[in-house]
Amino acid sequence: MSAVAKVARRGFLLASAAVTGGVAFGVWAVRNPHANPLAAQAEDGEAVFNPWVTVTAQGITLIAPHADKGQGVFSTQAALIAEEMDLAWGDFDVSFGMPSPAYWNRALGSGAAPFLSRDHGSLPTLMRGVMTAAFKMLGGMGTGGSSSMPDSFIKLRAAGASARETLKRAAAKVHGVRVADLRTENSHVILPSGDAIPYTALAEAAADLPPVGEVALRDQSEWKLLGHDMLRLDIPPKSTGTLTYGIDVSVPGMKYAAVRTNPRQFGALRGYDASRAEAMRGVDRVVAVTGGVAVVADNTWRAFQALDAIDFDWGPASYPAEQADHWREVAASFTEERFDQQYLDLGDVDAASIEGPTVDLEYRAGYVGHQPLEPLKAIVEVTDTGATVWAGHQLPTFLLQQVANTLEMEPDQVTFYNQFMGGSFGHRLEFGFVKQAAEIANQMKGVPVKLTYTREEDFAHDFPRQITMARTRGVVSDGQVKSLDLSIASVSAVSSQGARIGFSIPGPDSEIVAGAWSQPYGLENFRVRAYRVPELAPTSSWRSVGASSSGFFADCSMDELLILAGQDPLEGRLAAMNYQPYRRVLERVGEMSNWGSKLGPEQGRGVSFVESFGVPVAMVVEVSNTPAGIRIDRVFTALDVGPVVDPVNFENLVQGGVVWGLGHAMNSEITYADGMAEQSNFNQHEAMRLYQCPEIMVSAVDNGSSIRGVGEPPVPAAPPALGNAIFDATGIRVRELPMNKHVDFL
Amino acid sequence: MKLTVNEQARDIDVEPDMPLLWVLRDELGVTGPKYGCGIAQGGACTVHVDGKAVRSCVLPVGSVTGKVTTIEGLGTPENLHATQEAWIEHQVAQCGYCQAGQIMAAADFISRVPDPTDEQIDRAMSANLCRCGTYPRIRAAVKTAAAKVREG
Repeated sequence: MSAVAKVARRGFLLASAAVTGGVAFGVWAVRNPHANPLAAQAEDGEAVFNPWVTVTAQGITLIAPHADKGQGVFSTQAALIAEEMDLAWGDFDVSFGMPSPAYWNRALGSGAAPFLSRDHGSLPTLMRGVMTAAFKMLGGMGTGGSSSMPDSFIKLRAAGASARETLKRAAAKVHGVRVADLRTENSHVILPSGDAIPYTALAEAAADLPPVGEVALRDQSEWKLLGHDMLRLDIPPKSTGTLTYGIDVSVPGMKYAAVRTNPRQFGALRGYDASRAEAMRGVDRVVAVTGGVAVVADNTWRAFQALDAIDFDWGPASYPAEQADHWREVAASFTEERFDQQYLDLGDVDAASIEGPTVDLEYRAGYVGHQPLEPLKAIVEVTDTGATVWAGHQLPTFLLQQVANTLEMEPDQVTFYNQFMGGSFGHRLEFGFVKQAAEIANQMKGVPVKLTYTREEDFAHDFPRQITMARTRGVVSDGQVKSLDLSIASVSAVSSQGARIGFSIPGPDSEIVAGAWSQPYGLENFRVRAYRVPELAPTSSWRSVGASSSGFFADCSMDELLILAGQDPLEGRLAAMNYQPYRRVLERVGEMSNWGSKLGPEQGRGVSFVESFGVPVAMVVEVSNTPAGIRIDRVFTALDVGPVVDPVNFENLVQGGVVWGLGHAMNSEITYADGMAEQSNFNQHEAMRLYQCPEIMVSAVDNGSSIRGVGEPPVPAAPPALGNAIFDATGIRVRELPMNKHVDFL
Repeated sequence: MKLTVNEQARDIDVEPDMPLLWVLRDELGVTGPKYGCGIAQGGACTVHVDGKAVRSCVLPVGSVTGKVTTIEGLGTPENLHATQEAWIEHQVAQCGYCQAGQIMAAADFISRVPDPTDEQIDRAMSANLCRCGTYPRIRAAVKTAAAKVREG
């Protein structure tokens, strides 16, 4: 059977992975204070040790608890286990598993500690440990911050290795041979005679053995699967329309719902008249939800139509109604009262002894929507004893709590089946849509309700990326950048997000300066300070979070100063860089792009360097200034994520990150008028279309660094490389996102 | 009302202005075509009517007279269409939500333009939005699919 057919043949277990007559393996459970969720489902006589691998006589199931938004982690988690377990690729089922504190994310906590990722000093190390322990106590299961690989890289391989060694012991016992004489391949234990025993045939014997712990992991040089081209498990079903996304889930007896709440976010509903809607074909009922109304019908489109037939009287927004007032508030935030934190202070930027003319620059980046192509949706069924939820979500254990709060029950009364997502980009970190579905279902107990947002509702209630500005003061003299003083004022997306679920996040928000204070330049005088703008429109983490805007501010500022100093933008950055592994990334992109080579008369190129989630990313963009507008011709990017586990997926994700970064930098913004987002569909917030897409060359630099995720890091380097290239081609310096306010694009 | 979907005759009882997309998804349980924007701006809902790519989110079912083919009817995991084969070889999908529509648009395109230039591909495929940014792979897969069709 072809590999494609084999992969396509396997079922994906989207419900629970029941263990019957088998065994679950692993070593991490030993040190894990949280109960193993698979153990709860085990029957008498079954041994269950670990939450990631089960083997029964019927088959092998791997649990991939990190949510798949399109980044391919469903497949990559399976590959980590399969590598050590010697599984034939695709010869197993994979499940997202059930929400459980056992799946707490080891990497999210340490990533939240406010230290440079390249700082391995004692305080950062201690604080990362404290943050990690806090996340463990919380039992925080989540996907975000490009943390899936750092979280999974060791523990999933260890689970696979433990399973392999325990299966070998079972084979030794059953067949009367020595463990040392056994090897494993293609989901089989190979006996000294050459006979191959399927793992599944050893499940029962393995169930009687204690799992083998502390197995040494294979060196990268021994990998057979990881680091080599492999077929992502979800590719065949996604290419044949056979993958079930959250929006495709069907539950017997299900009704279809749509919702409308005040487009002035969190504003009041003063009143409404639903009499016309209630009389429309297929409408089951119209019910109230917090801040709005839902229609329940027998078809999603009929629910959409009925919503349009309701007259609403909406109250005002809690934030300034007009966009200009949002900008005014940001601009007024560079004050002592709103000072949040100082992150970097080399030399003394205020010293009168710095000779040379000063340059003052102002940069800004507006709100941007997330808008994954699959709109927000959730199915909820409420009964007298509990609730069941089917949805795609990045924070499963938190979702249980949020739904329980909404329904005034306990989290253990809520069952959640996570689903494949049609993108997220941070959108499915929010809980509003799930709580709304729960509110509707609570008014019709026993009936599962599928809530689907219209695209327009999704735009109206997107909590966009932060609005932010930077003020740069630089001093250039004697052909050198003498001083760079960068002040960034921003609303805090992280605290806006936290407040919506009752979390008050103490202290400064280091995301305000992400991608800026991590600039590895040993300038004589270099300062980075953050100012906190009070909450305006609600905002949320947007793919790469703070670095998506502050990386643009910092890198373009550096570019301007280097050019003023008469330096080559690439050579100048290299000369100022004080961290060798990052210099290698920048050197690589210089080689790839043949930096310095002659371009056409209307062409230009720009380079950028931004770190994001511990990943150094260097990028070169080449553009042409055509009569029809700026055309982006080619992009070269080099980055260091440590070992690359799936090279094809790696390239795809990096290219996607570049397209995301460039596309939104070109043309996408959410603006408010009369308290409402002025953009309501993709024709007004388009990002990149295929004809605008450049060739994108990708290179992984391996400095022997520890593993990092790649979902977000390519994004922040793209806007500054584009801005720097546009300057090179046209002489126009664009200091605002989106850039189409200042230049036209093809 | 009668509708032929993936070679099967189906009876439906809906108002004629209901878009084909919602008939397929909510009335017939054919979920390969996706809801993305509802105003023909994204293309995730693309299906074929008599082999021609159409936006099912804005096409009233009452106006459909031909045979409807969705991604599920184009080819199956056991019997892939050349376009699907190419999409798998190039591992195009990330979230994959737009890809059913991309594949349906591409299959129609290469049936009409069997040896497309880069410019023709750009023009034909730019109405299909991909938020994940898989465009470089879509371009490559369209070329591979066209070559497969040409070579039979």
